[in-house]
Amino acid sequence: MDSKTIIAAVSIMTAGLTITVGVIGPALGQGKAIANALTSIAQQPDAEQTITRTLFVGLAMLESLAIYCFVISMILIFANPFTK
Amino acid sequence: MKLSPDETVFWQYGFVVINATLIWTWIIMIVLVIGAKLITRKLKTGLHISRWQCFLEMIVTGIIKQIKDVGLKDPEKYIGFLGTLFLFIVTCNICIIFPFYEPPTSSLSTTTALAISVFIAVPFYGILAGGLGGYLKSYLKPSFIMLPFNIIGEFSRTLALAVRLFGNIMSGGVIVSVLLSITPFIFPIVMNVLGLLTGVVQAYIFSILATVYIAAATTESKKTKKVTIKLKTNKK
Repeated sequence: MDSKTIIAAVSIMTAGLTITVGVIGPALGQGKAIANALTSIAQQPDAEQTITRTLFVGLAMLESLAIYCFVISMILIFANPFTK
Repeated sequence: MKLSPDETVFWQYGFVVINATLIWTWIIMIVLVIGAKLITRKLKTGLHISRWQCFLEMIVTGIIKQIKDVGLKDPEKYIGFLGTLFLFIVTCNICIIFPFYEPPTSSLSTTTALAISVFIAVPFYGILAGGLGGYLKSYLKPSFIMLPFNIIGEFSRTLALAVRLFGNIMSGGVIVSVLLSITPFIFPIVMNVLGLLTGVVQAYIFSILATVYIAAATTESKKTKKVTIKLKTNKK
């Protein structure tokens, strides 16, 4: 195997690993955030608007962590600086 | 496979490149400006207003309400910046229903430009609200130990703003193009609908985060002023 093939193989495996490991944390966090938001909406339906807005903003923040992993895996596969 | 519309180059001379990102950005800017000009050409007060004026009024009052909900006192001062951000990103993301269209927000250069404009607007409005000293003091809250972290946070949230919008919109396009090669019949349309939803939500989140940052900067720098005013009124 020449070095280019090794780099490609390692990049592909790392891309898969990145998205696999990187999604676990945001998934747990989002689940917890939604569960807590539902509990608080059930307790205080009047505050639903504020809770929903804060929830959406927070979810987007959490989701961006997973998106960072996705961007890195995309870079590794399609725009890898070491294979050019 | 293309990751971003930057790679579709129409014309190049030296470092001057005209690519799909630029073209679509300019088209959307022209559509927004001419549309706003046409609608606001004959504004009416009273019960019978035109359809488009009603539409625009709904948008503007909605944005004003959202800004007020976040905690900025006079939204009319900020709507020029925040409303434009929201409208531009939303139009960029919604236009994916047109064929051959590539959203300029799926290019990292566009989102970085938008994030940098937020990065500049936050100290601008902060200084406008509380003066230079008041704004600089907000970096020392809650104590001076937090100074380096506040500065790092300023940069990292700009990066996060840019990469978040770019990643969300780009991933929508990539998923659709991957699915086109696997199940080309109906499923890409479903993912495109999902892309519309995430596009609108991301536009909302981008502008609400910009609002939150500006609100934090202005209220933090105003607080020092308010305390002194309260002390004065207590003395009376």
